[in-house]
Amino acid sequence: MNAEVRSIRTAAETALSEIFASAFAGLPGDAAVAERRRTAFDAFKTAGLPSRRVEDWKYTDLRALMRDAKPVAGAPDGVMIAAARGALAPYAAIDATRVTFVNGRFVEELSDLATAEGVSVTLLKDTLATGAGVEALSDGVSPVGNVAVALNTAFVADGVVVSVAPGVTASRPLHVANIQAGSEHAAYGRVVARVGEGGNVLLIESHIGDAGAHQTNSVVTLDVADGARAELVKIQDESLDTLHLATLAVRLGAKAELKTFALAAGARAARQQIYVSFTGDASTAEIRGAGFAGASRHLDTTLVVEHDAVGCASREHFKTALDGEARSVFQGKIVVKPGAQKTDGKMMAQALLLSEAAEADAKPELEIFADDVVCGHGATVGALDDELLFYLKSRGIPQKEAEALMVQAFVGEVIETIEHEGLRELVTHRALAWLTART
Amino acid sequence: MLSIKNLHASIEDKPILRGLDLEVKPGEVHAIMGPNGSGKSTLSYVLAGKDDYEVTEGSATLDGQDLFALAADERAAAGLFLAFQYPLEIPGVATMTFLKAAVNAQRRARGEGDLPTPQFMKLVREKADGLGISSDMLKRGLNVGFSGGEKKRNEILQMALLEPKLCVLDETDSGLDIDALKVVSEGVNALRAKDRAFVVITHYQRLLDHIAPDVVHVMAKGRIVRTGGPELAHELEARGYADYVGEAAA
Ligand SMILES: Nc1ncnc2c1ncn2[C@@H]1O[C@H](COP(=O)(O)OP(=O)(O)OP(=O)(O)O)[C@@H](O)[C@H]1O
Ligand SMILES: [Mg+2]
Repeated sequence: MNAEVRSIRTAAETALSEIFASAFAGLPGDAAVAERRRTAFDAFKTAGLPSRRVEDWKYTDLRALMRDAKPVAGAPDGVMIAAARGALAPYAAIDATRVTFVNGRFVEELSDLATAEGVSVTLLKDTLATGAGVEALSDGVSPVGNVAVALNTAFVADGVVVSVAPGVTASRPLHVANIQAGSEHAAYGRVVARVGEGGNVLLIESHIGDAGAHQTNSVVTLDVADGARAELVKIQDESLDTLHLATLAVRLGAKAELKTFALAAGARAARQQIYVSFTGDASTAEIRGAGFAGASRHLDTTLVVEHDAVGCASREHFKTALDGEARSVFQGKIVVKPGAQKTDGKMMAQALLLSEAAEADAKPELEIFADDVVCGHGATVGALDDELLFYLKSRGIPQKEAEALMVQAFVGEVIETIEHEGLRELVTHRALAWLTART
Repeated sequence: MLSIKNLHASIEDKPILRGLDLEVKPGEVHAIMGPNGSGKSTLSYVLAGKDDYEVTEGSATLDGQDLFALAADERAAAGLFLAFQYPLEIPGVATMTFLKAAVNAQRRARGEGDLPTPQFMKLVREKADGLGISSDMLKRGLNVGFSGGEKKRNEILQMALLEPKLCVLDETDSGLDIDALKVVSEGVNALRAKDRAFVVITHYQRLLDHIAPDVVHVMAKGRIVRTGGPELAHELEARGYADYVGEAAA
């Protein structure tokens, strides 16, 4: 018998079908959106949850990692909102337009909707009910049929639609805060952002959960028009029993600039997919991230940068520190389409193993169909340098503390590229907290 | 203060130290000279607690405390300091951060609280000024982009901040220009005290012109083969090691 016969459904697949059937009528959107959801869910049903036999999920066997499907969360109660307020405390010092979702549901009392001039922010559930709903759900960048995106399209309950007017530099960042409270539910959120020509904005995306078993699925689509700039800082600090699936899809126009940083500090299993497409000439993208994992946690970064324009430059740099039996996966691909001459692409993934049982898999790839390009990739996996550790210890610094200093130095290289001081400090603090918890 | 008896140590089953004895009393400065490869750096690493070496025989105590029973950081907290022959570069760990971590780690090991940051900064500035170490260097990654001489000065700065009982200086004079040699020597001399001892490993008399030793040892093939007063260093300068290499081999 072929194990791949799709009539055999996993418990999670069966549950997803049941949840979809019962939640469907209550999900926001007009008839066209409903149709879109149904198509997306049908696509998921046909493919099922990908196992390691599916190339793109070879190192992250979602069928094995997703043992059940949790119901879509309802409106949070007072206890959950109080917990969420606490979770937001570290962000209090960061002045931003703040849109807060608890378990995927908008919570006005934890939000600050005052926007900078030239910036409009709308709740996705409202947009879905208008004629623009279907468009909001189509990013046009992430791969067709990607299971995480398909499930998000099918189930998404709310999110943010943000638009920065041409020529406007947003005077305040926009913070989309996602907090998981309580337990045993799923939250699907989406951010749809467009930065008009010559516009400039900083987006902050956080996913926070203290305890509880959750499933989160987030999609961020970012359309950066000609001459515009977008910076996105994502902080993933989910509870250690959460399955976190996230997709970032970015389309860059000409002379546009993208800068992203993703911190992966939480979740039992997390997969961050990043798809960046250069569609106009002379644009740049800096895509970076740092991750920490201990115990038997799993961190996946899947990245595809597609150069389909002339003279664009991309820099990708990811660093991960792993302890216990944790595992990291980095799949990164730079694609240079025919005619995308003068492409300059460099990708680097580095993993630091702090224990014997930790494991890092890296699969960097280049697919180049143009001749006048400079592209390179590298991946390193290693332990801390014993000579350096001895130097630190010889000054009286205990082993764990010496390790912490070196891990800080290791991830510091990417964390320091975060321009916003408050965010940089927040991320640095989070790194320190992880390191302190080890000692 | 430091008492080493019949010390044997090997690396990858290759014996390097072969029955080394050394007694250092509080307040003394001992110089160890000897040909390349005779095991001087090995001795300093074995004392400091580097894992690569295996002590196969003998003992080393600092004020009666068995050094080999302690981890490297505990030996430092017990008052041992090694100024490295080749100080390492640690990109991303700011020199200031490192100094603070070291000072506070040792304070904690002694049951004291962390030094308040302003007080610590003041202390570092004071000591760094004396050694010609700029605040820009303190902000940089540890030893990153430091010249050879600057790295050595940084070692002395660490020593000054940690106030160890026993300082082992492994060729601290190598790579120093004449002025830097003076600065470093003054740094060392400023730390001389009746309850602190120094073991100075060097190839050259010129360091000993600045840091006057009480005792001079010749090391060859993993042992101390001769011990004398300051005049021994002059003799070595004039005649080289030929005699001792033969003697130890015999
Ligand atoms: N990691 C190692 N593996 C193998 N042999 C080693 C190692 N480290 C040192 N040795 C050997 O041990 C011996 C002593 O070396 P050591 O560095 O202690 O000498 P030294 O007296 O400090 O020399 P120098 O004056 O050149 O600094 C040398 O023969 C050296 O090759
Ligand atoms: Mg040496």
